[in-house]
Amino acid sequence: MSGVRVLVGTRKGAFILTSDAGRKDWQVDGPHFGGWEIYHLKGSPVDPNRIYASQSNAWFGQVIQRSDDGGKTFNPMGNKFVYEGLPGTHLWYDGTPHPWEFKRVWHLEPSLTDADTVYAGVEDAAMFRTTDGGQSWQELSGLRAHGSGKYWQPGAGGMCLHTIVLDPHHPGRIYIAISAAGAFRSDDDGATWRPINRGLKSGQIPDPDAEVGHCVHRIAMHPQRPNVLFMQKHWDIMRSDNGGDDWSEVSGNLPSDFGFPIDIHAHEPDTIYVVPIKSDSEHYPPEGKLRVYRSRTGGNDWEPLTNGLPQANCYVNVLRDAMAVDRLDSCGIYFGTTGGQVYVSPDSGDHWAPIVRDLPPVVSVEVQTLA
Amino acid sequence: MIRVQLPQHLRLLAQVTGEVAIEVAAPVTQRTVLDALEARYPMLRGTIRDQVTAHRRAFLRFYACKRDLSLESPDAELPEEVIAGREPLLVVGALAGG
Repeated sequence: MSGVRVLVGTRKGAFILTSDAGRKDWQVDGPHFGGWEIYHLKGSPVDPNRIYASQSNAWFGQVIQRSDDGGKTFNPMGNKFVYEGLPGTHLWYDGTPHPWEFKRVWHLEPSLTDADTVYAGVEDAAMFRTTDGGQSWQELSGLRAHGSGKYWQPGAGGMCLHTIVLDPHHPGRIYIAISAAGAFRSDDDGATWRPINRGLKSGQIPDPDAEVGHCVHRIAMHPQRPNVLFMQKHWDIMRSDNGGDDWSEVSGNLPSDFGFPIDIHAHEPDTIYVVPIKSDSEHYPPEGKLRVYRSRTGGNDWEPLTNGLPQANCYVNVLRDAMAVDRLDSCGIYFGTTGGQVYVSPDSGDHWAPIVRDLPPVVSVEVQTLA
Repeated sequence: MIRVQLPQHLRLLAQVTGEVAIEVAAPVTQRTVLDALEARYPMLRGTIRDQVTAHRRAFLRFYACKRDLSLESPDAELPEEVIAGREPLLVVGALAGG
């Protein structure tokens, strides 16, 4: 029987939510790693029972966990993330050089073809990879070695590499995004990188059209149409039709084009979802109404989705990794809030219901569609 | 045997209950105790001290015999009571509010 497994990372542990294809009756399992921040969990597309988790906190640092039984049990793996060579410096908030320092893993992206290979996006921004199931990690140092690295500067949330998108049609092509450096692409499996920020305009930096320095919040790609990318930038929803070489704004009629997550319908590459947030200093929905916005035209024309979502006095945020879609025939959309709710829509966003209401603040949501 | 008391989160991570007792060859110092602890429980590597610099993590302290040893040299011998196994070395997490 088909079903879904939702992997939820929170500020105080991980939770695993499971349901059959109806997505109405849910089992809640957790907390795993209670008391720890779980920035991200993600399952391998090759082996759904293989799940990787990033566990960290201020006291004990970074731990990587791995499950080989679909999240029933986990085992700690290697957690040694060491920058290759001399780490060098990037810019600090005050514009002075600051040495690269590893803080945590924000995002884990398992390979599309090998369950033992995983890419990790970390703070301070860098990319690491394991090819032995998480036992050891090596930096893909060509990213930081890009000539602009010494000019990267953290956003308020830290200088994090938070988005990793693997292209299933072009082996070796990887997209990543860094706050607040921008988007980058590799065409050789992470050996070399180039910035792909042409068309982004950011009024918060001295040169709004700069090659790097943009605060990209999230990038999404539909696996059947890999040259088309959608981006939630700090402000602005952006679209690229040429693999990130050029971007154009598709914010259209959104009530606010500030936000964090962006995702794409599993079966409709032009149907995209965002959650508008009032502003960069007011991280809650406009008018206290929690609305997902859907565009069925690849941007510009957006409709609010409100059925089942609170439409008064709602002041939660939805973080960049906290939205996901399943691949059932009727595509399910999921997102988690900083108020601890995880919502599901089993019908592409038309109707919503909470799966859980009172978890710790949700940092990430991933969905596995199970055969 | 050297007795080590770990905070709850590290006991869970190492899958131990209560105190840990480990063999440590002389000299018994913070460094040699942590070396032995991490050799027996590899999952603790990086959680008490940095894996590259070996510096104590900022929000952890080392106590023993009602003394704070955190700022002492990692190569200084631990108190005789700890070396004799009559007192444990305590690894303590900083208090957190909120």
